[in-house]
Amino acid sequence: MTVVERREIALVDLLDRLLAGGVVITGDITLRIADVDLVRIDLNALISSVNANVPSPFEESR
Amino acid sequence: MIGLRYVYAVCRPFSTPLQAQLSGVAGDPPRLLTHHGLVAVVSHVPEADFAEEPLRAHLEDLDWLTGVARAHQGVIDALTTVTTPLPLRLGTVFRDDSGVRTMIEARKESFRHTLDRLEGRVEWGVKVFLEDAPKPEAAAPAARPASGRDYLRQRRSQTKSQDELWQRAELFATQLHETLSRVAEDSRLHAPQNPALSGASGRNVLNAAYLVPRAGSEEFVEKVDQTKGELPGIRVELTGPWAAYSFAGDTAPESASDEERPNAKERS
Repeated sequence: MTVVERREIALVDLLDRLLAGGVVITGDITLRIADVDLVRIDLNALISSVNANVPSPFEESR
Repeated sequence: MIGLRYVYAVCRPFSTPLQAQLSGVAGDPPRLLTHHGLVAVVSHVPEADFAEEPLRAHLEDLDWLTGVARAHQGVIDALTTVTTPLPLRLGTVFRDDSGVRTMIEARKESFRHTLDRLEGRVEWGVKVFLEDAPKPEAAAPAARPASGRDYLRQRRSQTKSQDELWQRAELFATQLHETLSRVAEDSRLHAPQNPALSGASGRNVLNAAYLVPRAGSEEFVEKVDQTKGELPGIRVELTGPWAAYSFAGDTAPESASDEERPNAKERS
């Protein structure tokens, strides 16, 4: 099949998928980090990976 | 050994072994944990880094996050060569193997359902950028405005062309998205990327993901390639093939399936 030239994957494309995609599992057993907490990380550089429907990444300031 | 369990993905059992030199997050090679006919791909990770509190703190450290993200992607990538994995969100951690088993048991139906839907499909990412407009002064050595009215006229035409450019970019992105959606089985729109993080030039007007059967990938890629250079000032970027990260999230909750219910019993 077609292969796009292999260059290093841009971090921003990766975070779009790893922080906004993937199955979110919540439950007693998990450490509950997977869901909302993760996309609201207080990290300036990550603003753009925050899902569009999460209003503010900086709701909880630390 | 004391440790937590970091889960990358859930898949159907597969027979081809994973690359031997694969090291997962925290350097622990991924192991396979089979339960109820499903396989969780798991690494042992130290509690000091992956328990809730330290994990939360680490996730604010871009270097640490980058390392984990690349390791996670490395494992998913390796899985993609031997099966169709259902990726879990980064940072899904359980206390022990039995926690992972309990999770599989509770969600096995929706895992199977989603795995069936994703089988043999990959994700392609397509981004459209509007290149930064060249500085108007540099573009045309326009005569100095002779009067205030000339100045306003020049300003107006600059703003107008800027607006037109935007509209054209929007239209281009919309049409491209429609075209690609017809070739793809499903699509997702991601938030436009922040240039500060991506380092990409221009404005990101479309950031989309498409679910495409492997067999249809060539056609899809050609469709994208055809649009490149179609419109001056517009840049189209393709990434992939990815595991179907953007299409993994909407697994139906276990109890909400009412497909089987209507009239099935009454007829018999």
